[in-house]
Amino acid sequence: MFWPIFLRVITSGDLWQASLQFAALLLLPALGGVISERSGVVNIAMEGMMLIGCYVGVVITLASHSVLVGLLAAIIAGGLLALVHGVVSIHLKADQIISGIAINVAALGLTNYLNIIQTGGQGIPSLASNLRLPMLSWGPLAQIPFLGQVLFQQNVVFYVTIVILIGLQFLLFRTNLGLRIRAVGEHPQAADTAGIAVRLIRYACVVASGLLSGLAGAFLALGVAGTFNSNMTAGRGFIALAAVVFGKYTPLGAAGACLIFGLGLALSVRLQDTGIDSNLLATLPYILTIIALIGLVGRTVAPAADGVPYEPGSAE
Amino acid sequence: MHEQEKAPLAQAASPDLAASPYAVEMRDICKAWPGVVANDHVNLRVQRGEIHALVGENGAGKTTLMNILYGLVRPDSGEIYVNGERVHISGPRDAIRLHIGMVHQHFMLIPPLTVAENIVLGQEPGGPLAVYDRRRARELVLQLSARYGLPIDPDARIEKLSVGLQQRVEILKALYRAADILILDEPTGVLTPQETYELFDVLRALSRQGKTVIFITHKLREVLDLTDRVTVLRRGRNVGELVTRETNQAEIARLMVGREVLLRVEKRPARPGPVVLRVENLHASSDRGLEALQGVSFEVHAGEILGIAGVEGNGQSELVEVLSGMRRATAGRVTVTHASGEQIGKTYDITSMNAREVRLVGVAHIPEDRRGTGLVLSDTIENNAILGRERWPRFAWARFILRLGEIAHWARRLVREFDVRTPSTRLPVRALSGGNQQKIIVAREFAADPQLLIAAQPTRGVDIGAIEFIHRRLVEQRDAGKAILLVSAELDEIRSLSDRIAVMYEGRIVDIVTPEASEEELGLLMTGGRPSGASREEQAQATGDSGA
Repeated sequence: MFWPIFLRVITSGDLWQASLQFAALLLLPALGGVISERSGVVNIAMEGMMLIGCYVGVVITLASHSVLVGLLAAIIAGGLLALVHGVVSIHLKADQIISGIAINVAALGLTNYLNIIQTGGQGIPSLASNLRLPMLSWGPLAQIPFLGQVLFQQNVVFYVTIVILIGLQFLLFRTNLGLRIRAVGEHPQAADTAGIAVRLIRYACVVASGLLSGLAGAFLALGVAGTFNSNMTAGRGFIALAAVVFGKYTPLGAAGACLIFGLGLALSVRLQDTGIDSNLLATLPYILTIIALIGLVGRTVAPAADGVPYEPGSAE
Repeated sequence: MHEQEKAPLAQAASPDLAASPYAVEMRDICKAWPGVVANDHVNLRVQRGEIHALVGENGAGKTTLMNILYGLVRPDSGEIYVNGERVHISGPRDAIRLHIGMVHQHFMLIPPLTVAENIVLGQEPGGPLAVYDRRRARELVLQLSARYGLPIDPDARIEKLSVGLQQRVEILKALYRAADILILDEPTGVLTPQETYELFDVLRALSRQGKTVIFITHKLREVLDLTDRVTVLRRGRNVGELVTRETNQAEIARLMVGREVLLRVEKRPARPGPVVLRVENLHASSDRGLEALQGVSFEVHAGEILGIAGVEGNGQSELVEVLSGMRRATAGRVTVTHASGEQIGKTYDITSMNAREVRLVGVAHIPEDRRGTGLVLSDTIENNAILGRERWPRFAWARFILRLGEIAHWARRLVREFDVRTPSTRLPVRALSGGNQQKIIVAREFAADPQLLIAAQPTRGVDIGAIEFIHRRLVEQRDAGKAILLVSAELDEIRSLSDRIAVMYEGRIVDIVTPEASEEELGLLMTGGRPSGASREEQAQATGDSGA
């Protein structure tokens, strides 16, 4: 009973199309995590920044009747929330984990509360299709059997994500700015004495992580779900965090990790016909996360100064 | 005001405009941290092209003053002139623009990056937004390296380089930023004698090329060997500005400490007794799983000080950890035999004992990392004074309930006997200076009346006065019949205290020599070389080398 269905599912274009979509959804906040941690600021608040992105994206889209404006607002909202994390951890030198937890909890409570008082508990209705981020279909390419469906019938944000992935990998490891970012994350004193503006770089990287998380929120709410539900990110920001570590703090590594997690998420949806309890299946991606971390976390090395606030002149 | 701030930055770049003979002049610099005055109206005048020593004890304010000059610390008040122009330095970027370079005591290098990446960092060819041009960076580094005679492999990763080469990268980094004024903060602390000579040659060559060098140190011999003039600081104040040719070690030491100092340890010849510590073919791994000890064998007798010399990182730390029960040996045997007291003649195998058991059989240990291993910084002097002995009947009923009165009494006694400067034994240890913290450890370990005393870097980061005190006490303990194993990175300390010197290199004892051995000979041994003449204790060597 199980195996025939499993085989059918695993060979279907639907599964892989969904896997890639879920992977991209995880990859955006993961890329945010990579850039923030590379600069030396631990960011565990991608979840909250994503959720804010979801909510603001939907509300602003409805208010402006323009999904583009909604998208922009979602990205900015993520960035602003990240700026808060930046001020707390870079300027005030507070504990970055605590700040991250606070942002996650606050984002959950705030979006929930605003959603309820705004709709009177009715929930936001589904967005009309012209108010959603569109799927792209690449004409003849999309007609290729299997691959066409998997690679060339995806949401527009999917393709944006691929571009950001390649761009970020290049930025971090092939450009002078990337060298500086890595230097700041490894040894901020050394970077400072070499004349690099440590705080500026850290702020920029933290805000970038928020912008990416906000974009991920918009992708989820305006592209995939077409509405806002309470806690709709459902831990994706945390899985992204695992992907950062699993991927050894590199964009390409994180992408690999997100593919695995994305497949897990897609499988947990598609395997429901096999008779396995759906609640159990829903745990699959999270169990995969834990297995990945147990198996590999020992071999990944975080940037040396990750999570350590920079104190000028503290070498004494 | 504003013109004053902008103009000098622009002008200082062309030195021929400068009328002042001074490359650097710092006037009335004040800087206070909460509870400490680091610089109290300090003046410093450094002539162009000279090598200027800035000396003083730990905490005298040398590093603070230089961090102010390099823009890492903002002074509370005072004026800075570079080449005669008033300047405001609010960060390293300003200092770099004024052609000031600094080689920090703890290197400012990023271990996983390459030499070239570290050197060009922040001033990469092409600017921040360009693609990193590896070939160009490489070329620039090689040019610089050829021009100043400082060979280096631009593609090597920093973490693979020796400390000496890392320091060379630091110097090249400053030169890449076109430094005319080079500050070096205690640059010789991590170097072998040979590397130190090389560094001195480099600095002299730089000075001949018109560079100004400011050299921070507390080693007086280096001051006399290398520098042209000396500024002495004590407790954040100027106490002297001398011409090196016209002064001597004793005068500088007196100025630094504020009283006469015995530079030489006075001691009689040792009268060694029976063997107390016997180490046979000891093997152990480092934290990174490398073989840190590869068959170490030696003995320490009662009434002698055996010094272990060597460049840091050649297995000394692991050796001390194994002997004190903090690290497991992978092979070999360590025994301790009592040479006096109730258990005289009794031998204990301590190879696989833990730290507490090792202490119980008569081993005391002054660890190299005072703040991390030796003390609980946030705890009181009282509690630190019984650390490791809190179960003794004297300090606890039923090994469990602390006898606070007795502990307080004990702590007051140690503080008095070892001249620890503190208003109260209830203060957290953190509040004391490094020297006084170290005295508490020394007092605690000596008071245990051990058979064997392991002293690892006993005077690291301690001021001259306290060094003198600790040295005297170590010799007293020796004369009282204790066996002492001294591990130190300071060659002068090893030579003046030890009765025999074992030199460690890459996890082995390469030779055991007398303290009369020349510095060159020791330096050669420390870098794995062997002096030509066969050594007297070659038999002792044979066991240690058999594994190679």
